Amino acid sequence: MLVALRAALIRLGAAVTVGVWRLGYGARFFVYLIVHSGTAFRRFRLTMREIYFAGVLSLIIILVSGLFVGMVLALQGYETLQRYGSSEALGVLVALSLVRELGPVVAGLLFASRAGSAITAEIGLMKATEQLSAMEMMAVDPVARVVAPRFWGGVISMPVLAALFSAMGIFGGYLVGVVLIGVDEGAFWSQMQAAVDVRNDILNGVIKSVVFGVAVTLIAVFEGYDAPPTAEGVSGATTRTVVTSSLAILALDFVLTALMFTGGA
Amino acid sequence: MADPHIAVIEDLSFAYDRRPVLHGIGLKIPRGKVVAVMGQSGCGKTTLLRIIAAALMPTRGRARVLGRDTGTLDRDGLYALRRRMGMLFQFGALFTDMSVFDNVAFQMREHTNLPEDAIRDLVLLKLEAVGLRGAAQRMPGELSGGMARRVALARAIALDPQLILYDEPFTGLDPIALGVIARLVRQLNDSLGATSIIVTHDVAETLPLVDYVYFMAEGRVIAEGTADQVRRSGVAFVEQFVSGAIDGPVPFHYPAAGYEADLGFAAGA
Repeated sequence: MLVALRAALIRLGAAVTVGVWRLGYGARFFVYLIVHSGTAFRRFRLTMREIYFAGVLSLIIILVSGLFVGMVLALQGYETLQRYGSSEALGVLVALSLVRELGPVVAGLLFASRAGSAITAEIGLMKATEQLSAMEMMAVDPVARVVAPRFWGGVISMPVLAALFSAMGIFGGYLVGVVLIGVDEGAFWSQMQAAVDVRNDILNGVIKSVVFGVAVTLIAVFEGYDAPPTAEGVSGATTRTVVTSSLAILALDFVLTALMFTGGA
Repeated sequence: MADPHIAVIEDLSFAYDRRPVLHGIGLKIPRGKVVAVMGQSGCGKTTLLRIIAAALMPTRGRARVLGRDTGTLDRDGLYALRRRMGMLFQFGALFTDMSVFDNVAFQMREHTNLPEDAIRDLVLLKLEAVGLRGAAQRMPGELSGGMARRVALARAIALDPQLILYDEPFTGLDPIALGVIARLVRQLNDSLGATSIIVTHDVAETLPLVDYVYFMAEGRVIAEGTADQVRRSGVAFVEQFVSGAIDGPVPFHYPAAGYEADLGFAAGA
C-alpha cells in the first residue's frame, strides 16, 4: 500500500517537474522566437507565403462555419426573443454573440484544427527528415528562417479570419432572421448598429482574436520544433497542438472576458 | 605556414546524457584528402562527424576544425565556421517545399548579395557538375534517391566549402547511383581543392576512393592508414568488417543464456 502510494507520488512529482520544465522551455523558445523575428519582417515574402497557407487556405472552413453558426444563432435567438416580443433585437443578439465571443473563439478553434495542426506537422516533418539540421549546417537559423515566418503568418491571419467569421455569421443571421423568418430588416440592422460599440465590442473581439492567434500559433510552432523526429513523435505533437490550443483558447477566453466585459462594463 | 591538417581531434570523449559514445578519440584530417571514418552501425562515427560539424560539443577533449576550437565558439563564430563547410546528409535532407534550383540557390540567397542572374549561373554550374542541370525545375518529391543525393551534393558545394562532410552517402542507392556518387565525391573534392570526410560502412565503394581510413569500434579508433595498410593491419575486427564474415570479433549471436536451457533441456530439467 505504502509502496504504491510512494510510486504514485513519484509519478506525480515527475509529471509536475516535466510540465514546469516544458513551460519554462516554451517560454524561452517564445523569447528566442521574438528576438529572431527580424527575418520574418525584413523578408516579408516568407511571411506572406505562410499567411497564404495558414490564412487563405483556411478561408473556406471559416466562412462556411461562420455562415452556419450565424444561421443557428438567428434560429435559436428568434425563438427566445419572440417570447418577450423583442424579435427586432435579433440583429443585436447575433452581432454581439459573434463579435464578442463566437467569432474569436470558434474561429480560433477552427484555426487550431486546420492551420495549427498543419504547422506542427510541417515543422515536425522537416525536423524528422533532417531539413532543420541541414539548415543549421548551412549557418541558417531555422527558428528565424522557418519558425518565425510561420508564427507571424498565423498571428496576422487569425484576427482577419475571426473578423470574416463574424461578418459571415451576421450575414447568416440576416438570411435566416430577415429573409427566412421575416424580421423587419430596418430594425435588424439599425438596432445592431446602435448596440454594437466599436471600442467595447469590436476592439475587444479583435484583441481576443490576436491573443488566440498568438497562443495557437506559438503552441503549433513549439510542438513542431520540439517533436521527437519519428512518425509517432510528429503525430503525437500534432494531436497535442489541437488539444492544448483548444484548451488554451477556452481558458484565455474566460480570463479575457472577465477582464473586458465585467465590472463597470 | 598553413596548418597541414584541416581538422584535428584530440583525446575526445562524448556521452549522450550518461551513455558514453566516444572514448578518447584522436585523429588528424590532412588538407586536400578524402578521409573515411568506417565502422559498424552504432560505433559512434556519425556522432564524431557531428562533433566535427560543431553540431555537438565534446564532453572531454577538443576538436579543432578549420583552425578554430569548436568548443570555444559562440553562435556567430559557429555559423561563420559552418559557412566554410558543406554537409551531405544520409538521405539528402532536401527542402521539400523548394525546387531543385531553389535548394541549390538557398545558401547563396541567404549568405550573399549576389544578383539573381549570377545566382542562376552559379546554380546551373553546380547542377551541371552533378549532371542534373536538366532537373533544375523539378521538386524533390519527383527525384529518385540517387538524384536527390546528387542535388544535395550540389547544395553542399554551393558556396565552394573547404571541408565537405558526408554522412553515409551510399546508403540505399542502386549500384549505378552508388558509383555516380562515389565518383562525384572524389571529383568534386579534387576540383574544388577541398577536404572530404566520409562516414560510412560501405567497404567496397569507399576503400578504392579514399586516401586515408580510420576504423572505429565501440567508440574508439582501432585502426588507421591507407586502404592497403588497413587491409593488412591484422586487426581481427577490420578483417571481419572488410571481408564481411558473419562471425568473428562481432559474433553472429547476440549474448544470451544457453540455448539448451532456453529450450528446457538443461541438465536436471
